[in-house]
Amino acid sequence: MTQETHEHSPDLHHDHDHSDVPAALALRVKALESLLVEKGLVDPAALDYLIDLYETKIGPRNGARVVARAWTDPAYKKRLLEKGGNAIRELGYEGRQGEDIVVVENTPGVHNVVVCTLCSCYPWPVLGLPPVWYKAAPYRSRVVIDPRGVLAEFGVSLPEATEVRVWDSTSEVRYMVLPERPAGSEGMSEEALADLVTRDCMIGTGLARAPK
Amino acid sequence: MNGAHDMGGMQGFGPVNPETDEPVFHAEWERRAFAITLAAGSLGKWNIDQSRYAREKQPPAEYLATSYYEHWLYGLERLLVERGLLTAEELKSGKAAGPAPVAAVGVERMGEIIRKGGAHRIASDQPAQFKPGQKVRVRNHHPIGHTRAPRYVRGREGVIDRDHGVFVFADTSGSDKGPKPQHCYVVRFGAQDLWGPEANPRDVLLIDLWDDHLDAV
Repeated sequence: MTQETHEHSPDLHHDHDHSDVPAALALRVKALESLLVEKGLVDPAALDYLIDLYETKIGPRNGARVVARAWTDPAYKKRLLEKGGNAIRELGYEGRQGEDIVVVENTPGVHNVVVCTLCSCYPWPVLGLPPVWYKAAPYRSRVVIDPRGVLAEFGVSLPEATEVRVWDSTSEVRYMVLPERPAGSEGMSEEALADLVTRDCMIGTGLARAPK
Repeated sequence: MNGAHDMGGMQGFGPVNPETDEPVFHAEWERRAFAITLAAGSLGKWNIDQSRYAREKQPPAEYLATSYYEHWLYGLERLLVERGLLTAEELKSGKAAGPAPVAAVGVERMGEIIRKGGAHRIASDQPAQFKPGQKVRVRNHHPIGHTRAPRYVRGREGVIDRDHGVFVFADTSGSDKGPKPQHCYVVRFGAQDLWGPEANPRDVLLIDLWDDHLDAV
């Protein structure tokens, strides 16, 4: 057994798109990293920095704070929907894979969902790195042709009368969904509201959690 | 190019199967592949469009049989050799045969590089070819090089939804033909116009396309 197969539970292994050659792959990556370090093309400390940044610091909690602010501050929400990137920058989130962010609003009659059919474009500064399913063939191929079927698999069933808008991220503009504020969340603090905001509801494959 | 990466509308891949409480990385090699790709990219020897094009060149059967970070690895190895940072022999042997033409970007600069991001938007007052509300048709082009016009919209009619402003044109940028700045738009397509009568008549697709992808109808 390799390190990688230990890291997968057997029943999960077929749930995402990893091939079955992790030992060879791990060696190939290790060899390439060693070579790049030996040649002086990458700084090993920079590698550790990048991994830590995206594994522990930049993630969907950022986007959740943006959404909670928009739910509680109408002037902020207006700025967010007009110039998403600028409003997001006000909270300190910016940079790579989020230089230009457009925020699209879900309303009782409109549901937005985001995909990148050609690769995996995703608003990193607010959502972090994308989940495996977002980058894999089933989602990328189907959500454009059968959005309601894909949403139903995520447990989101929309009325026939709702307009579904599928955003295919083909340029350097990144899209984030502003989900509807859930019923029963009146009077909650911004911090408590942020706990209701899931990664999926900002992609559009989920709805915000109902308050407990 | 009409590669395996252009997946919109393909059928038969099965259910999406989201993973509960998914970790950011699933294995140590993914962490390392991610980091060396970003670190090597920061050397400035290729842009994001060129890195996408390199991944798209992975042969279709192989692309479909491999995971996401394997696509990245394929593209990275290819670019390192194509851009003269490694020789094919070095890549094969894993042993350095000589000095590198450039020096690594140090960790002290990495935070600023990530924060700054890429310079895709161009400050320019060049006029837009199309206006919001205008009907357009996507050109029926099948270039051998890089393109961000997915196959499923080529030849189809839509409406300009909004103008994002002037951006580097990914198609030429990715194919080593320069930035060719031009307006990039959201184009709105009716789901039935793309997928036929079985699609919900209320549903729409919104796709970013550039001046050179479009003709007025």
